[in-house]
Amino acid sequence: MRTILYLIRKEFLQIFRDKFISKAIIGVPIVQMLLLVPAITFEIKDIRLCVIDMDISADSRALINQLEGSTFFKIKYSTFSEEKANNLMHRNKCDVVLQIPSEFGKNVGTGNPGKVLATINAINATTAQLSWAYLNGVLRDYNKNILLENAGDMAVSSIPQIDITNRYWYNELLNYKYYMLPGILGILVTAIGFLLAGLNLVKEKEVGTIEQINVTPVRKYHFIIAKMVPFLIIGLVDLSLGLIIGKITFNIPFEGSLGLLFLASAIFLVAVLGLALFISTFSSTQQQYMFVAFFFMIIFILMSGIFTPLESMPMWAQRFDIVNPMAYLMRINRMVMLKGSTIHDISRDIYALVIIAVVFTFFAVSRYRKTA
Amino acid sequence: MQKIIEASDISKRFGETQALKDISFSVNESEIFGFIGPDGAGKTTLFRIITTLLLPDDGEMKVLGMDSKTEFKELRKNIGYMPGRFSLYQDLSVEENLNFYATVFGTTVKENYDLISDIYSHIEPFKKRLAGNLSGGMKQKLALSCALIHKPKLLVLDEPTTGVDAVSRSEFWEMLKKLKQYKITIIVSTPYMDEAMRCDRVALIQNGKILSIDNPEKIKQGYSRKLFSAKAPEKYKLIDALRKYPETITAYPFGDSVHVTFTGDKYDSSIYTYLGKLGINDAVISVTEAGIEDRFLELMNKAE
Repeated sequence: MRTILYLIRKEFLQIFRDKFISKAIIGVPIVQMLLLVPAITFEIKDIRLCVIDMDISADSRALINQLEGSTFFKIKYSTFSEEKANNLMHRNKCDVVLQIPSEFGKNVGTGNPGKVLATINAINATTAQLSWAYLNGVLRDYNKNILLENAGDMAVSSIPQIDITNRYWYNELLNYKYYMLPGILGILVTAIGFLLAGLNLVKEKEVGTIEQINVTPVRKYHFIIAKMVPFLIIGLVDLSLGLIIGKITFNIPFEGSLGLLFLASAIFLVAVLGLALFISTFSSTQQQYMFVAFFFMIIFILMSGIFTPLESMPMWAQRFDIVNPMAYLMRINRMVMLKGSTIHDISRDIYALVIIAVVFTFFAVSRYRKTA
Repeated sequence: MQKIIEASDISKRFGETQALKDISFSVNESEIFGFIGPDGAGKTTLFRIITTLLLPDDGEMKVLGMDSKTEFKELRKNIGYMPGRFSLYQDLSVEENLNFYATVFGTTVKENYDLISDIYSHIEPFKKRLAGNLSGGMKQKLALSCALIHKPKLLVLDEPTTGVDAVSRSEFWEMLKKLKQYKITIIVSTPYMDEAMRCDRVALIQNGKILSIDNPEKIKQGYSRKLFSAKAPEKYKLIDALRKYPETITAYPFGDSVHVTFTGDKYDSSIYTYLGKLGINDAVISVTEAGIEDRFLELMNKAE
């Protein structure tokens, strides 16, 4: 026990003596939170619209006005030439081209369906889908108005329709910051655990200090534990720092238990640290380690469900996420912070994380060899 | 007397390279045992096997009566190892390094201070300095202190004096001698022939094989020919000329002279005529005593 404590003390001594690392440990979470949380948003405003109004009727004007009135669209261009409109799309000057043919007003007036054509830039599939959804919404409203106007007084009440009112639970205002922040906290903790700890062990190999340690009676698991604990503590300190910034700057809601969030993050950190140390036993230079660690980190983060919902990923990807600790943490963080889930609600995720943590740590301890 | 190391038929191969081949030797208690050989001879590999860092492919290594393969746990408590490359924490201070290794071995600096006091006193004034900022000689003293802090029975020093100035080297060997009184056995490797003379026994090692083991004086005496020393202002021209001389067997540079052997262990005045023809008029040839280096070169040539 005394040896472990002394080994840990030595790690801390080295970390704090490294002027760059000790500053980065504080700086990284601050910058990451202030930068990423407000920057990453799926909200789309001011979709640039180009209108080809071949009709110039009261009806087409009314439709355009309605579009202009919505917060989502901004009519940037108005033209009579399809070629010109296409050109604008090619030059990335507009996102959506709405074409209203010359018969539009007449058709609407005579009871034939009025037709419009929307062309949407789908370089970014997410934006394209959202643009279409918004456009569809505006058109639906417009459609309803026409129906009501033409039906006259006689049958407003007799037209069967469903009036939908919706509420967003757990994030009433659909504030993307609330959605992203728990995820960014996960990335923060991962970066500390994965990069710092792994590089630390590889550095001992590179510099040769591990040779001297290996001839001492220090036990394998003592050594591995001593490499884990400091970064576990630093990771949790950074998590607190991230939470404080979230509270002060973004007034992030925190519905659940703080202790539960820290417990989950601690287990997650053990898993990540185990994997980091496991990888570092294979690498002999910091460069090698960085390359492999980066590979894992990117996969873990992008497949974790931080940006895209897990459920919409292909089945094989969802199966992969069984071993992705990041996927569990992402879910736990959001559930605890936004929904106020208790340990019973997320017990399955916690158990899974514990298993992953034990397995990865076991790998690290058994792969680390004092004798070649 | 108890044998501290008993190695029998140790072999180790790294891929295509045969690093060690059927090495056998034994080391006595309180001995300073030197391994002398060029870079790549297999000294470090052998030391890594002795210190339980590496497993041999073949053969048996008994250190302090224990098998290095199976009893490594107990063994590690009793070995002090100083790798060829400075392997202490450069970002920890002198004092912190020493305390660290003491603790890791389950002891304290205080407990074994008298063992290292002679060595440590040289660097104690700088105990707050980071190890990385020490000079070569001081680094070496710190490394030795750390290797000794748990009072090991066996001290393994891999090229401890490489890259250290002549005065520090000499001091270092004086320190090693003093350790004998504590019954610490020392095995040391060095590429420097002059240091071989300071060992109780040396093993000449080349290409993973031991060429000879004996005390340095005896090894010297094993030299089989009569050795001559040739001197001339233009040394390299002289070596070249001597090597082309038909009666020459070997000619090697040695300090500012050339060590030569001739067939029949003698030369006559015709050599001066020969050298004169090549423009070397002021050569002086005299009989000289063979050093350990000469014997080593002789053995190396035989082995090849």
